[in-house]
Amino acid sequence: MWNYLHKMASPPHFYRLAKILIPWLVLPGALLIAYGAYAGLFVAPPDYQQGDAFRIIYVHVPSAYLSMMAYMIMAISAGIGLIWRIKLAHAVAAGAAPVGASFTILALITGAVWGRPMWGTWWEWGDPRLTSELILLFLYFGYMALRNAIDDTAKADKASAVLAMVGAINVPIIHFSVQWWSSLHQGPTLIRQGGPAIDNEMLYPLLAMIVGFTLVFAALLLRRVRAEVLYRERRTNWVRELILSPRGDG
Amino acid sequence: MGGLAMDGYGAYVWSCFALTLAVFVFNEWRARVRHRSVYKQIEVRVKALEGRQ
Repeated sequence: MWNYLHKMASPPHFYRLAKILIPWLVLPGALLIAYGAYAGLFVAPPDYQQGDAFRIIYVHVPSAYLSMMAYMIMAISAGIGLIWRIKLAHAVAAGAAPVGASFTILALITGAVWGRPMWGTWWEWGDPRLTSELILLFLYFGYMALRNAIDDTAKADKASAVLAMVGAINVPIIHFSVQWWSSLHQGPTLIRQGGPAIDNEMLYPLLAMIVGFTLVFAALLLRRVRAEVLYRERRTNWVRELILSPRGDG
Repeated sequence: MGGLAMDGYGAYVWSCFALTLAVFVFNEWRARVRHRSVYKQIEVRVKALEGRQ
């Protein structure tokens, strides 16, 4: 097991394996998203209170879930890199940040667009769910800005890892905010006592979207990490051999 | 069946789906551009070094 993990953490092994994995993640991910989008837009019945506006759930919930999952991947990887000094872990953290930030922006915008017809406002500053999600975006921006501000990669890894780990406290706050405090935002729909709060006709497309988004996110993350690994390993023999090989990276 | 108008919510619903598609495309494009740029930089340096030897 340890040998397997050690091999997986080897940059050249990861670089080659990631390239093989990407299409196997994208294809089922795209199919699930296509099914989820079709069924969510055209098959699921309108909500009895929100009408067709509820269909925004099919992009809002997966993007909000990914915004938090990407942050946890970033924080855990940064922690592993800091404690066990595994270079690949820092590359994963650095790769997760821009993708996670983009899904956080998506969650915030789709939430605001959904809020306008339902709540009568795009944004409510006093709302704990909205505000904590916005703080998540600032944490991503802070992490990326800190990395860019430090030229020495090792120092940038350490400083940004501390920020990523401290900021992880915000993720459970986002998740539980609708239970801990009074919020405009509705309570949990899927992960709640007594099971999901929506009918199966609405639920299955949502689950397909969540799994599909996750698979495509994983592929995007692998692409980002491959570039990060290549940059970090640019002076190593395996990269030199890769460049000089007749096939190159193809 | 919601239809394209989505009972008056079409602009809200479709704009969210369009934005989602844009985010996926942007992420894929950025990742490819970054990888290509790093690869090209290394390729130029490695080939220059090889040429000198």
